[in-house]
Amino acid sequence: MAGRPNAREEVRESVPAPPPAGLISRGSKRKNLTPWLFLAPMLAGVGVFFIYPLAMTLYYSFTAFNIFTPPRWNNFANWIYLFGADPTVKTAAKNTLWFVLIMVPTRIIGALVVASALTKAKRASGVFRTIMYLPALIPPVASTIAFVHVLNPVTGPVNTVLGKIAQGLSNIGLEVSLTPGWFTNPNWSKPSLTFLALWLVGDIMVIMLAALLDVPIEQYEAAELDGAGSIRRFRHVTLPTIRPVILFAVVTGIIGALQYFTEPAVASAVAQGKATVGGGMNSTIGWPGQSTMTYGQWLYLEAFNYYKAGYASTLAVVMFVVAAVAIFLLLRRFSEFSPEVAS
Amino acid sequence: MNRRRSLAQLVADHTILVTLAIMFLAPFLFVLLTSLMTAGEAGSRVFWPSSWHPENYVRVFQKLDMLRLYANSATYAGLATLFMLLSSIPAAYALARIKFRGSRLIFVIIIWAMMLPPQITTVPLYVMWSKLGLTGSLWPLILPNLLGDAFSVFLLRQFFLTIPKEYSESAKLDGCGHFQIMTRVVMPMAKPGIAAAAIFLFFWSWNDYYGPLLYTSQNPKAWPISYALATFRTTKNVDWDLTMAAAILAMIPVILIFFAAQKVFVQGITLTGVKG
Repeated sequence: MAGRPNAREEVRESVPAPPPAGLISRGSKRKNLTPWLFLAPMLAGVGVFFIYPLAMTLYYSFTAFNIFTPPRWNNFANWIYLFGADPTVKTAAKNTLWFVLIMVPTRIIGALVVASALTKAKRASGVFRTIMYLPALIPPVASTIAFVHVLNPVTGPVNTVLGKIAQGLSNIGLEVSLTPGWFTNPNWSKPSLTFLALWLVGDIMVIMLAALLDVPIEQYEAAELDGAGSIRRFRHVTLPTIRPVILFAVVTGIIGALQYFTEPAVASAVAQGKATVGGGMNSTIGWPGQSTMTYGQWLYLEAFNYYKAGYASTLAVVMFVVAAVAIFLLLRRFSEFSPEVAS
Repeated sequence: MNRRRSLAQLVADHTILVTLAIMFLAPFLFVLLTSLMTAGEAGSRVFWPSSWHPENYVRVFQKLDMLRLYANSATYAGLATLFMLLSSIPAAYALARIKFRGSRLIFVIIIWAMMLPPQITTVPLYVMWSKLGLTGSLWPLILPNLLGDAFSVFLLRQFFLTIPKEYSESAKLDGCGHFQIMTRVVMPMAKPGIAAAAIFLFFWSWNDYYGPLLYTSQNPKAWPISYALATFRTTKNVDWDLTMAAAILAMIPVILIFFAAQKVFVQGITLTGVKG
């Protein structure tokens, strides 16, 4: 599927060199069994923790199931509810789409800006790289708590500074409101999460940086000699090299948005000042309003707060289909870019 | 003229770099400063503490049972990593070094398992672990690693592929079987790659929030630090100074390991098997 263009080469490679006479019979039999012995634990794992639960999810999606008593078949009831009656899933899907359309591109552009700044470091490039990567390294719960605190509308340093700027502007006759409610305002909560995601951009940045450093410097010089400006240099030299990275970032970004959970859940709980345990957290997910309710959080709530595990499985099957399309596109395009990656 | 322009360019580039670095570091500085304030100042607009309170960190240990949280996190991340290595190195070796029918299919399945959101399989897995009576503990998150971890297998395989085949071929001529080639030839040469896979999984488990929420939220004794951190503020009436100190304490092990292992990362990238 992934590397079909490459299949012929594989066959050619796999033709073994003629073995020395006398070794054939014993050796070849063992050879057939060995890889399966090495792979046995992992294959068992793929079966038990991946294929079996995928099949069960599909089955549960057609049942009424509360986790604790056996599931009851209810035909397409969950599916009809999902596509017709569930009021929250629309909000969750819209918010998730918002993150795909706004947060994913913002992060990619942010990663590109930071990575290209890093390529220009003459000294201490390792220190700069570490600093920009650090936020992506620490527990997301810690970074989210820190960020919510930094963007606290009343006591946070950002609004303190912005408030002073607004004060200064009003002194010269300009009345502007510069202090948004950030995580506590339904209009600002998603942009606030996007700022947080920008702070955590290190994961994409590292891949982007590696790709940028791969661009041969001679190509830039040649383009410059030809009189290409920086925009044209970017379009014709840089962009072709980093295109696979961008595609990878888009696909993993879509999949990441589908399962986006920790940051919005923790940010809602901390910004509202409620505990994130059991019922406590479940009551704040999506806060303020339902502005940060994502698809992944809705799936979690349906399964483990309302114990509608059958319906949650229906949500999971839809999530699977969307993610599968994204993965399929990635694998197909990757085998075009560089067959060996997907082979 | 040209030289002056390039000097101006250099200054501009580094101004951007330093500005970006300050922006990335500023939240850390703010958290650190808050963690050293009195509770009153920590919950106010004060940016620079009027008096310093490093004893906040001692109070965190007393008030929040930090030792148990650290122990739970270390158990989760440590055992998960150990189990992953046991199961995933042979699998990655087979996929990188043995030609056999079906290897491509297995590799494609691994890529899918690696990329699909874990939420898709959450319900059946939860049912399975609750039938086994293991919900309320971290075991549902640790034990699956005994049977391989898709991302780690992928990473290790890619790394094993960079080791020149000649080494294993010559070992084969010396009469080594695959197990010996793996343990005596490939693994020693792939140390940076193995270390990188181990560190990735260790960090991932240490930072994990969704898994512990799912399986341990009912049992505070099993909470790892990444999960417990999110509950301090309200369940234990902890003020911002202590919350921030706890956040720093949750980051420190990850940051320390990162700095200690940076060399391994670099090695992992540069040393690709041919040396000496």
